[in-house]
Amino acid sequence: MPKKANNSSLTLTNGYTPYGLKGISNVILSIMMAVFSFICLFPFIYVIIISFTAEESLIRNGFQIIPDSWSLEGYKYLWKSQGQILRSIGVTLFITVFGTLLSVVMISLFGYAISRKEFKYRRLFTFLAFFTMLFGGGLVPTYIVVTQFLGLRDNILALILPLVVQAFWIIIMRTFFIRSVPEAVIESARIDGASEIRIFMQIVLPLSLPAIATIALFSTLTYWNDWFQALLYITDPDLYPLQALLSKIESNIEFLKEMKLISGLQAGITIPEDSAKMAMVVISTLPIALSYPFFQKYFVEGLTVGSVKE
Amino acid sequence: MKWFKNTLRDLYANRIWLMFVLPATIWFIIFSYLPMIGHVIAFKDFRIHRDGFFASLWHSEWVGFKNFEFLFKTNVAWEITRNTILYNLVFIFLGLFLAVAFAIGLSLLANKKLTKIYQTGMLFPHFLSWVVVSYFVMTFLSTDRGAINSLLSFFGVEAISWYYEPIYWPFILVFMAMWKGVGYQMIVYLAAIVGIDRSYYEAAMIDGASKWQQIRHITIPMITPLMMILTIMNIGRIFYSDFGLFYQVTQNSGALYDVTNTIDMYVYNGLTTLGDMSMTAAAGFYQSVVGFALVIITNYVVKKVDEDYALF
Repeated sequence: MPKKANNSSLTLTNGYTPYGLKGISNVILSIMMAVFSFICLFPFIYVIIISFTAEESLIRNGFQIIPDSWSLEGYKYLWKSQGQILRSIGVTLFITVFGTLLSVVMISLFGYAISRKEFKYRRLFTFLAFFTMLFGGGLVPTYIVVTQFLGLRDNILALILPLVVQAFWIIIMRTFFIRSVPEAVIESARIDGASEIRIFMQIVLPLSLPAIATIALFSTLTYWNDWFQALLYITDPDLYPLQALLSKIESNIEFLKEMKLISGLQAGITIPEDSAKMAMVVISTLPIALSYPFFQKYFVEGLTVGSVKE
Repeated sequence: MKWFKNTLRDLYANRIWLMFVLPATIWFIIFSYLPMIGHVIAFKDFRIHRDGFFASLWHSEWVGFKNFEFLFKTNVAWEITRNTILYNLVFIFLGLFLAVAFAIGLSLLANKKLTKIYQTGMLFPHFLSWVVVSYFVMTFLSTDRGAINSLLSFFGVEAISWYYEPIYWPFILVFMAMWKGVGYQMIVYLAAIVGIDRSYYEAAMIDGASKWQQIRHITIPMITPLMMILTIMNIGRIFYSDFGLFYQVTQNSGALYDVTNTIDMYVYNGLTTLGDMSMTAAAGFYQSVVGFALVIITNYVVKKVDEDYALF
């Protein structure tokens, strides 16, 4: 869709394009855009600052942009009460890795099949996926299916399975396959006697790595950020993913104190509540913030492909 | 008999492809189509049966529209529908306006490196969960420590208990929805704008068109199809609210229910606190069916206007 070569050939070496604004209006627009993007980033910076603020400073002055006194108490506290937090990080990593693997396999298989003209029932199966974008089962029936039909209450699979497939990702994958795998390559492999599975594994997949990266990225973000499945199906703190733990602690400060008991800290120690909370927010967000500039490209690509009608 | 034979032959000939689609098809059946069948509990008095899911569906007693009665006789249905639709209308149209404005703004900047940096900044909130965002909001709105109350006290204004004052929340929720969502939409439009053939602009510049005229007569018409398609998709989802926004950002504060009770909030709170499956399912059924009808109708109308803009 976007013709990249077209765009970059017009960008002169110093980064100036004849299509941009000139002079003062460019400066004003630039400042406006800078302000908006700063508004988008500022809360995260603010949370990082609070996580390093000393408790007595928080009690006296609240959340400051430049606190009176800094401290590592919040992080130290988390480190000492590591039981629950390490556990939750473990759960999050587990569901993210396995969920993403499962997602990529199921979506690329399905997406490839419905992109092939030889597949007689491709329209039927495309419809099967597409229809779920228009009509859904709703929360209550889904809840009953997961808890009663599958019996997954307090089971780590309840955090993985409901999020494996999304029709939108399948549509993206199909579009990618149609575009990036040349028919001639598949034809010639078939003439050479390669089986469909072999063609898929050895020719199609290597050609579609950007698409797979995109789907893997969507899926990774979904699992990393999910708290809703845990809210519905998990009551055992051992199975809380990081986001669910965060959500629990926010609405129920007592939970943090219970954590202290679990990890066997002495009673009577004051908890640096807010800085510890914010330290957890930082820990759960940092992986995304740090890798974001690198994966952004794939994300944008997936988005633009997904919004094209074919 | 011949038909049966042919079908078998076709299935056999397509066996490899059927194997490819099998895993995801099983997933769709369990996680999408079974729950669709499960909608029948909206018309039943749902009782859990020891023989499992299907037995529970089968043995629960039919009660007709009784579950809907409560919903529609009291003000509940009206209230949750109004909240959901009003918020979504604001989100859709304000979001469209801001996303297109930012996309055009970024595309006009002379320095493409800056464009990239700003774009990265604006998309960042999209990757955060609503839980994390709710902490962000709390740093500003916390009654005793929040930035806004500190600012107010600096000017001698009394502190506000934000999480107990419903009147502010429609604005806060709209602001947060835009803060988190606009960057994502903007990226789609920006990609479309970058993809517009540059010769249109060259021709316009030679003819002496101003930047504003170029935007009005080239950029906007070129991205109109995309605007239409994305807006239809959003209108199709107008009965669905972003649950995380209403639940996490408000910390599910009961004092705010008047302005946060959307259909999804009602269904969730109904499921977890009331525990009346059938009544809650009725609200969910209402949401799914009207939502479905809306997509079909919007798409049909758009198709009448211009075939190319329709979704299917």
